[in-house]
Amino acid sequence: MNTRSADTTVHASIVVDAPLARAFEVFTEEFGRFKPPEHNLLGVEIAETVFEPRVGGHLYDRGVDGSTCHWARVLVYEPPTRVVLSWDISPTWQIETDPAKTSEWEVRFTAETDDRTRVEIEHRHLDRHGDGWEGVREGVAGGEGWPLYLERYAGVLAGR
Amino acid sequence: METDATSGWTALGDPTRRAIFEWLVDRPRAVGELAALVPVSRPAVSQHLKVLKRAGLVADRQRGRQRIYHADQEGLAALRADLDRFWNRTLAAYKTVVEQPPEER
Repeated sequence: MNTRSADTTVHASIVVDAPLARAFEVFTEEFGRFKPPEHNLLGVEIAETVFEPRVGGHLYDRGVDGSTCHWARVLVYEPPTRVVLSWDISPTWQIETDPAKTSEWEVRFTAETDDRTRVEIEHRHLDRHGDGWEGVREGVAGGEGWPLYLERYAGVLAGR
Repeated sequence: METDATSGWTALGDPTRRAIFEWLVDRPRAVGELAALVPVSRPAVSQHLKVLKRAGLVADRQRGRQRIYHADQEGLAALRADLDRFWNRTLAAYKTVVEQPPEER
């Protein structure tokens, strides 16, 4: 972790035995089939996860009682090679309503052969989730930096 | 730091734990002080603190006869680690789904 971008970015990638178009289609239209089940901010079980395939659409969970949780916005939609979504979940695992305080994740699909596709995810700008995070990261390791940051963060939360 | 894959996501999903965490974000506090701030018993507060500690969100230190809890510096590192795990698990499960022949779906 020698650069700030490394600190505020998460990467993941995988190669799948599927053609490009299908790789894209399954990732978007069927996101709810493979998302880890504990990733659920609703108070009830998830009935379905919906990916609205357009810029301005949402990725959201619908609970068995009809409640919904819109936790990502579609920022870029370029089938079959690329999507960028926001991550509207705060570090305290609540929906973040201020877009300036959300991170984003890009998914890129690249054909390796006709039947194999590389899928790469970059989840970046994690620092946007909290005011002062960078300052804390550069600050002293002592007890004052982190509590101070969290206090400001809590203030932001309370101010809404 | 070893944490259970689900702990970060679930630790703050509980409203009482979230309240406890937010009181600790405010400033370090002892268990008894926290018990006075949230509507649950002191043993229950201790249990919640155990979960938060396991998730890397709070840490504690002994001060005299009291154990003082504070929000952990590793909190956001834990968030990043959680996202790391989230994406790796999501991609692994995705691979299983996308490689199923369409007729079996």
